[in-house]
Amino acid sequence: MKICSGPGVLGLFLALALAIGSCGKEGDNWDYTLFLPSNLPAPRYDLAANPITREGFLLGKKLFYDPILSRDSTISCGTCHISFSGFTQHGHAVSHGIDDLLGKRNSLPVQNLIWKDDFFWDGGVFHLDLVALNAITNPVEMDESPAHVLEKLRRHPEYPALFEAAFGSATVESHDFLRALSQFMAMLVSANSRYDKYVRGETGGDLTSAELAGLATFQQKCASCHAGDLFTDLQFRNNGFRDDFTNDRGRYDITLNPDDIGKFKVPSLRNVELTAPYMHDGSLSSLEAVVEHYASGVRTSPTLDSLLLQHNQPGIPLDATEKANLVAFLKTLTDWDFVRDPRFAE
Amino acid sequence: MKKILFSLIALVGTSAFFTSCSKEEDLTGTGSVFLHFDHKAGDQVLALGQNYVTANGDTVNFSTFQYFVSNFVLEKADGSTFVVPRDSCYFLVDHARPETQEIELRNVPAGDYTGVRFVIGVDSAKSASPLAERTGVLDPATGAQGMYWMWNSGYIFVKVEGTSPQAPVNGNGLRAFLYHIGGFGGYNAPTINNLKTAELHAHDGEVAEVRNNRSPELHTMVDILEVFKTPTAISVAANPVVMFNPFSTNVANNYADMFVLDHIHN
Repeated sequence: MKICSGPGVLGLFLALALAIGSCGKEGDNWDYTLFLPSNLPAPRYDLAANPITREGFLLGKKLFYDPILSRDSTISCGTCHISFSGFTQHGHAVSHGIDDLLGKRNSLPVQNLIWKDDFFWDGGVFHLDLVALNAITNPVEMDESPAHVLEKLRRHPEYPALFEAAFGSATVESHDFLRALSQFMAMLVSANSRYDKYVRGETGGDLTSAELAGLATFQQKCASCHAGDLFTDLQFRNNGFRDDFTNDRGRYDITLNPDDIGKFKVPSLRNVELTAPYMHDGSLSSLEAVVEHYASGVRTSPTLDSLLLQHNQPGIPLDATEKANLVAFLKTLTDWDFVRDPRFAE
Repeated sequence: MKKILFSLIALVGTSAFFTSCSKEEDLTGTGSVFLHFDHKAGDQVLALGQNYVTANGDTVNFSTFQYFVSNFVLEKADGSTFVVPRDSCYFLVDHARPETQEIELRNVPAGDYTGVRFVIGVDSAKSASPLAERTGVLDPATGAQGMYWMWNSGYIFVKVEGTSPQAPVNGNGLRAFLYHIGGFGGYNAPTINNLKTAELHAHDGEVAEVRNNRSPELHTMVDILEVFKTPTAISVAANPVVMFNPFSTNVANNYADMFVLDHIHN
C-alpha cells in the first residue's frame, strides 16, 4: 500500500516543485525571518545595524557560493563550508584552498555566528562583517584582494543590480558587500536538532535512554566548556590534544600572552556528527576518537586547561558505557532541518 | 637658480611683513593647516630603490613606506589646543603616492599655532568601531588595503619593506626585510599597544598663522632610518620580519620620533 502511494506522493511533490519553480525566482516563497530559538540567549551581532532583507540575504547567498571571490575563480566560501557537512569541509583535516594549498586548521562550521564575539579558532577577527575578508585574503584560501573582488563584481552583468536591490546603490560598495555576506551567514541558525526539540518540549524531541544517559554524562563532565545550548562557553582553552605548539600557537598569535599558547576556541558541538574530522587540526576522524582523547589521551603542557587536570590526573574519567552514550547523545545535536534547508544550500 | 633664490627671499620678506602685521589682524573665522610629510633617509631625500645604510650598518633598499597618522591636535604658544574633529583626521600616507604626503586639517580656528601632535596609527576606539564608521582609508576591505590584518583584526600602523644584502634569503629567494607594525591593545583580550604619539614643535619664534581663508603649511621631515635607530639598533639579519610579535614594540619605539617639524610656510 505504501509502495503504491509512493509515486503518487512523489508526483505531487514534483508537480509542487515545478509549480514553485514556475512561480518566479529562487527564494520567492521563502521565509526571511531570522530564527531566534527560545533556548539560545540574545544574539551578539547588531542586527539593527544590518537588518536582514530578502534581497540582502539572496545577494549574500550568491556571493557565498560564488568563486569570483577567489583569485582564479576556483574557490568560493561554500568550497570549505558545505551545507550537508554542517557548513564545514567534510573529509579535509585542514582547509583545502586555492592551488591545492592547505591551511593549518580545520574549517569551522558557519552556524550560529550571531552569538559570537570573535571568530576563527584563534578569535583573531572580532566582527562578523570582517570574517569573509580573512578567507578572501588568506594566501592558502582564496588569495584575492577585496578591492579586486569589488572590481570584478562591478563589471559583472548581475551584481550591480542585485546590490541596488539590496542596498539602494549599484556602485558595489565594500561595506554593502560585507553586509550582504553577513546577512546570509547571520541567517544560518542551527537549533532544530532532536536535542533542541527535547529541551523545548516540542514534538520530535524524543531521546532514547542511551541518549538521555549520554546527556547526563555530558552535563556532568563536558558542559563546563561546551556550555549551554550553544555548546560552547566561547572561551579559548588548551584541551591537551597537543603538548607541542611549535607549528600552531593558537590564541597566542592574537594576544601574544604566553598563557594563551596552545589555546583554541571551544567549538560548538552542534551538527558535530556531520563535521568530521575533528580538533583544530582535523586529525581525529571519529567522535569515538574525540571522546577517547578526553578519556585517555590528554597530554599535559604548561597551559593545559585546569578542568582537564583534576586531582593531578590528566583527562576526564569515562567508562565504556559513558563513552558510547556520549557519542549517542552528540548525534542528537544533528539538525537535519538546518543542513537540508534549501534557503542555505548551494 | 638665482631667480628662484630671489623669489624665495621675496617670499620670506613678504611673510615677515605679514607676521609683523598679524597683531592687528582679525582672529575670527577658520582656515586650513596643511601638513607636508617630506620623506628622508638620514640626510638624503628618500627614494625607493636606492641604497641607504642603517645605524646597524646594514645596507637597505626600500620598496614600501606607508603609515597612518590620526587624531591631530594643534597647539598654541600659550599651551591652549585645538582638537581636530576626529572623524575628519585619519590619513594614510604612502611614499609611492606623493599626493598622500600632503594632508589638510580643515576648519581650524584662526590663531597662531606653534605645534602639532598626532597619533602614529589608528587609535583603539576607531580600530574597534563598527565598519560603518570606518570609511575611506579606514575601510579594511579597500581603503586600508595592505594596511589591515584580516586574520587579526587591526590596522598596520607603519609598513616598511625592502631588501638588504644583510637579510637572509626568504621563501621567495629574496634577501628581503618586512616590518608591519600594528597592535592597538586588543579587542577582547589585552595585548601589545604600539600606538605612538608624535609631538612636533616649531622652532623658536616660528608660528603657523591660521586666518580666515589663510592656510599655513607645516613641513615635517620623516626619517625612515629612525625605524632602525634609537633606542634599539635593529639588524635586518637578526630581525628580517617583524609583524605582530613582541619585538614589534622595539620598532614602534624607534619610529615614534621619526617626525620632525622642519619649517612653516605662512
